[in-house]
Amino acid sequence: MSWLTSAASETQITHGDRLWLYCLAGLIMFLLVVPTVIVIPMSFSDSQYLEFPPRDWSLRWYDEYLETPRWIRATITSLKVAFLTMLVATPFGTMAAYGLFVSGSRYGKAIFFLLMTPMIVPVILIAIGTFYVFGKVGIVNSISGLVLAHTVLSVPIVMIIITSALRTYDLNQERVAQSLGSTRIRAFFEITLPQLKFSILTAALLAFLTSFDEVIISIFLSGGGNSTLTKQMFSALRDYIDPTIAAISTLMIVLSTGLMVGLQLIGRKDRRD
Amino acid sequence: MAKGDQNSRGALGAKQLRAAERKEAAMLLALTIPAIIVVALIIIIPVGWLFSLSFLDETGQFSLANYQKMIEYKSYLRVFRTTFNVSFLTTFLCILIGYPLAYFLSQMPRKYVGLFMLTVLLPFWTSLLVRTYAWLVMLQRNGLINNFAIDLGIWDTPIKLAHNLNGTLIGMVHIMLPFLVLPLYAAMQRIDRNTLQAAANLGATPIQTFWQVFVPLSLPGVVAGSLIVFVLCLGFYVTPAVLGGGKVIMVSMQITAILEDQFNWGAASALGVVLLVATFAVLALASRFLKLDSVMFGRH
Repeated sequence: MSWLTSAASETQITHGDRLWLYCLAGLIMFLLVVPTVIVIPMSFSDSQYLEFPPRDWSLRWYDEYLETPRWIRATITSLKVAFLTMLVATPFGTMAAYGLFVSGSRYGKAIFFLLMTPMIVPVILIAIGTFYVFGKVGIVNSISGLVLAHTVLSVPIVMIIITSALRTYDLNQERVAQSLGSTRIRAFFEITLPQLKFSILTAALLAFLTSFDEVIISIFLSGGGNSTLTKQMFSALRDYIDPTIAAISTLMIVLSTGLMVGLQLIGRKDRRD
Repeated sequence: MAKGDQNSRGALGAKQLRAAERKEAAMLLALTIPAIIVVALIIIIPVGWLFSLSFLDETGQFSLANYQKMIEYKSYLRVFRTTFNVSFLTTFLCILIGYPLAYFLSQMPRKYVGLFMLTVLLPFWTSLLVRTYAWLVMLQRNGLINNFAIDLGIWDTPIKLAHNLNGTLIGMVHIMLPFLVLPLYAAMQRIDRNTLQAAANLGATPIQTFWQVFVPLSLPGVVAGSLIVFVLCLGFYVTPAVLGGGKVIMVSMQITAILEDQFNWGAASALGVVLLVATFAVLALASRFLKLDSVMFGRH
């Protein structure tokens, strides 16, 4: 029991005295994770009612999902919108973050706050405002309108990640390249970009997930044949607890966790090289 | 930069250098233009439009009727009170639960933090809708929590946990907790451990050191985290709509209801404007106490 009586902090408190903290934190961490993973076993239940642990196992809710055209169409729409959002938001956000960080202009701060407003303005306002304006222009229910709206939500996230990456990056490397005769643009693409690539990948994935998981704007701006997966799920949730959603949720958890774990693995390899 | 530019560099005067510097700063700022255009199209024009709609009556004349209704009708007042109460309670519960967790994480040796941090990040990466659904399933009448509590004898008949305020709060606290824990953990990491040692050397007990040195030094993190949580709660929609069962009406749900039932853009816009003003008021109030940039960056 030497661990229990050994010092746990600067104040010489022992691990034994702190057991309650470890238990409490353990309980909180358990409660944080359980709701995220509990739907996974439930989705393999054979019953109409979601139960845990399932009495009989089956893939019937996955079959249900795969055989319902409405769900498949919505999934394809969501993937398409998220992919396009990623393609637009990542370069836009990276350009803005780089420009603001390097220029050091006195207008920089004002522009930065302007570009951060999508994080502050309640999403419902963006949703109904764009619904109104897009209605006038006639792009409600269109993929392009939805991509534009999701881009605005993703740009601040991309900017925050790229800005914090630039903080630990030595910009003098670009100056060295320039003094050796490279152009500014070439210096960026050949010196800076390769070193930022992991952060840019992170930013791109988060832009993808931001769009893929977005609910409120999708409720207003997507419809008809272009409803997103989240819109379909939300309207299904309000009526009754459909076990098909457990199957879809499982797939979404696997997608987001898989992307993030993959990213961590790449990051680890990146740091080792 | 052109070739000629480089050849004549040695001969550049201070004036030209400054001009070149200004030109370069302008070019760098120009990189923000695409992002600014998107923000203008999606935020400034639509929200500005809503702002002007809120001051028009049904005939398109200028009027304050939409705002007057908000003061006169009890139902609006109730929605505002619910929104504030739910946001306040969620923030309070997040601090209560998040502080011990952040403290625990800050005390862990570096090599284990990543593993424990996954428990905070895993839900953070998971769709909000999925987590709300999971709680709906768990909190049902015959759900996991009720069955578990009855088996253990904590209560003997199923308790109504979902479709009310309890369910809403449970779901919202779960969703908001990472937004509090992440900036709070970062703030705790920045605390200079020597101050704790100094307190111990000067004869403070561990409990005194914690309350009189550690807690005050971690307060900026608490303020930053709870500010983010509170502001995000004000605009919440999905979780109260699914877990509240129609009993917890937040402002954003009322906005949708007005549009769906009455198609009244003026009234919906006015509510939206009030929500926006309230959000900015909270942030403005908070920015007097702490640097806003640190809050922004604490968010991710």
